[in-house]
Amino acid sequence: MGVTVNKPGILTTVQDAGRFGYLGSGFSPSGVMDKRAFRIANLLVDNPANAPVLEFVLAGPTLRFTTNTFIAITGGDFSPCLDGKPLAPYKAHFVRRGQMLTFGAPKTGTYGYLAVAGGSFALPEVMGSRSTNLKCGIGGLDGRALTTGDYLRFETRNLDYLANLGSHVLDDDADFYGFDHDEIILRVVPGPQESLFSEAGIATFYSQAYQTTSKCDRMGYRLEGPAIETINGSDIISDGIALGAIQVPSHGHPIIMLADRQTTGGYAKIGTVASVDIPKLVQCKPGKSIRFTPISVEVAQELVRKEEEEMQALAKIVRRPCYGGVSPRKTARRLTPILEKQARISNGHKLWIELEDEHKRAKAASLSAQHSPTHPKTATKH
Amino acid sequence: MAQFSITIAGDSAINLVFGDTISPETNGVIRSAAQTLEADPIAGVRELVPTFCSLMVIYDPLIIGIDELCERVRGKLRNLTTTEQSVKRIVKIPVCYDEEFALDMDTVAAHAHLTPEEVIALHTGHDYLIDMLGFLPGFAYLGGLDERLHTPRLATPRTRLEAGSVGIGGAQTGVYPLPSPGGWQIIGRTPIRPYDPDRNPPILYAAGDYLRFVPISKSEYFTIDAQVQAGTYTCDVLFEEV
Repeated sequence: MGVTVNKPGILTTVQDAGRFGYLGSGFSPSGVMDKRAFRIANLLVDNPANAPVLEFVLAGPTLRFTTNTFIAITGGDFSPCLDGKPLAPYKAHFVRRGQMLTFGAPKTGTYGYLAVAGGSFALPEVMGSRSTNLKCGIGGLDGRALTTGDYLRFETRNLDYLANLGSHVLDDDADFYGFDHDEIILRVVPGPQESLFSEAGIATFYSQAYQTTSKCDRMGYRLEGPAIETINGSDIISDGIALGAIQVPSHGHPIIMLADRQTTGGYAKIGTVASVDIPKLVQCKPGKSIRFTPISVEVAQELVRKEEEEMQALAKIVRRPCYGGVSPRKTARRLTPILEKQARISNGHKLWIELEDEHKRAKAASLSAQHSPTHPKTATKH
Repeated sequence: MAQFSITIAGDSAINLVFGDTISPETNGVIRSAAQTLEADPIAGVRELVPTFCSLMVIYDPLIIGIDELCERVRGKLRNLTTTEQSVKRIVKIPVCYDEEFALDMDTVAAHAHLTPEEVIALHTGHDYLIDMLGFLPGFAYLGGLDERLHTPRLATPRTRLEAGSVGIGGAQTGVYPLPSPGGWQIIGRTPIRPYDPDRNPPILYAAGDYLRFVPISKSEYFTIDAQVQAGTYTCDVLFEEV
């Protein structure tokens, strides 16, 4: 049971946090471009933190579900719709077998994420990861982007707990990404080769605005703007390239190295974008204005710790039990009629949970409050 | 005693810089540093990336901060010596230099004023130290190509080279582990797979190992190729005292 791909979108791949342990052998780490959106998506459907998700860029896929499950959509706003009805992002949604999920062009951002509850897609790990590495043709679904007619099977896990997920909802993350601002600021840890740049070059880099271009992909983002001057050229003996490294080739325009970057390279790096700011960069559409500001490595690491705390706090919000889950007796009282109905519908053949959407539930509650005085306690619970 | 400086590569990586020239000595020190750090890992260190002159240490700042990491790395590498390794690990790479695979043998031979046989003899004549892996998974930057074989890259790179292509680009020689566009002069092909995601380890060699090219005939090429396809071929690895 899983999902079929009716339209693949532009570049839809399965990604997790990345493939580690092989950088020294020349393997790009791959993995999601926007780790923040990825993490929140999995959080919303109660998945393990590293569960693989679908990552799509510039145009989302069209998917038909062949089983009931919960999903969450995060990242840029791709106007997701379920059977034509708009679906709120940053919220866990119940989807039924047969329903169709569609996306439009991104109103904000460039990368979108779809997480599926129950542990996500059933795909084999290759070298410790399910991330798609397109260059090597490994990971994800046969090492390639999704295409029409593909079928992705879900991990099967007991879905009883899913009843709680209906309340899993967070505010969207537009403030973090600065979607409403014309310009974003990226914090940069200077080095490792800042000393190869002239004082004027460094001043240019930190004082002028740079723009994202159409040459931005999973490998790296090429920016345009005032050329950054070096003292004596920007060629170095190739060394390692960290995530977010800002390479400046001889043309003087920065290239920021991302998930599918090569592991080594021979251009001087003026600095490295702070880890917590990489999702902001990744979600920039072409032409977005970016400014850089230097921070110390200690401050950048403090930001990493703060973000971790923020994620723990979000996890608490998401995982708080819903009202029905507080007392076992209340839960039993609510569940009994649902279970009886299921048993009727499925002829005792197989147990499955059918949840009504909130609107219907609210309506039913108000109706029963008015018309069925035999259950006054249930009706006045909230 | 080996000296190194530490440079900052963002909030999750540092570089240990051991020199500013490519040499077997620097390579040897980086190899021993990596081995020292791997033998007794520091909590929070996720990966090591050896390159020509430096060793990148990738770590999780939630587990270890910059100051503690630098201190512990310095502590562990305090007694690192520059003595070269006493045993060389040599991976034998069978290469067929037949004209079917050697697309640019004539160019290389003409450039060197040598016959193809002499080119093969020079290319297989000694072991190559792996300075670094990078560019492609399992792509080895090799040191020590005979100067007579240095040949400029193609003016127009080919859009596709088959996996296993063995070539020369300027002062470098190497094997393409994956099908790839490339501008190197191709002088042969190996049937073995330097990179195989289903094998453990997926890459046959690491920085600091040596490659030895062994000439094989076309029929041997296809025999080995069949064994590789069937998953029954194991690559020869030698350990030689220096």
